[in-house]
Amino acid sequence: MTMPMPETDTSAEAQPITKVSIIVSKGSLEGIYPGLIMANGARMEGIEVSVFFTFFGMEAVLKGKNEHIKVATVGNPGLHIPTMLGGLPGMSTLVTHMMQKKMEQLDIPPIAEFVQLIADSGATLYACKASVDMFDLEQKDFVDAVDSIITVGDFYGLAAGGQIIFT
Amino acid sequence: MPTLMLNDTALDVDAEGFLQKPEQWNEGIAETMARAAGFPVLTENHWKVIRFMREKYLATGTAPTIRTLGKDSGVDVKTLYQLFPKGPAKLAAKLAGIPKPHGCI
Repeated sequence: MTMPMPETDTSAEAQPITKVSIIVSKGSLEGIYPGLIMANGARMEGIEVSVFFTFFGMEAVLKGKNEHIKVATVGNPGLHIPTMLGGLPGMSTLVTHMMQKKMEQLDIPPIAEFVQLIADSGATLYACKASVDMFDLEQKDFVDAVDSIITVGDFYGLAAGGQIIFT
Repeated sequence: MPTLMLNDTALDVDAEGFLQKPEQWNEGIAETMARAAGFPVLTENHWKVIRFMREKYLATGTAPTIRTLGKDSGVDVKTLYQLFPKGPAKLAAKLAGIPKPHGCI
């Protein structure tokens, strides 16, 4: 017996995206930037944006931490640095410095400044309740750009009717 | 290249209506484009951004990023988005008569 192919709804294909909810879950420089660039880029297109920071992604919005985020030089095959070398003292700092220099040339802000820019552009930033509890954190530990601490359920409520992007 | 007739002037534009030759621009064209984009008036702050956008493009050959707009145009990021809710970088570029910005930032 052959199953009929499910019909594809082509009417939705050309609908512009009007709302996105972006999840930032990683705490390395290369783990954080993509979500921030997607968030800023969405605001630049007039798209409604919320950003949900969870697990180590919270590093991007923690006071005193978000100015010191580094590239992961171990377990990062894209860098083409052998793992043993990537683990040498100072390697992560060096690679981070090189990358930051290039980003500055391209006018990509450092993470702390970028987070504030995204909040100023009208995106709403949230920290994940489960992660906050796990790391014994409170609202005061976060930069002012973070609106509030919300549950996963709240997040899905806020994301209703839009696209969810996990990074 | 498509041509757009505005204020009795033929303008070379791209498919989205961005001017391809900034020298064809004048303030009257910005005003007419603004009406079409739904702005009842262009305030002094709108003009600050539009003029800055144009000066930067003419000086460097690229449109400024939102970061540079926020730092150097005299209008901060929050205000930029209040002035141009559908995206300051692109809309201001259009009104400033420069090609569509191509950066991701």
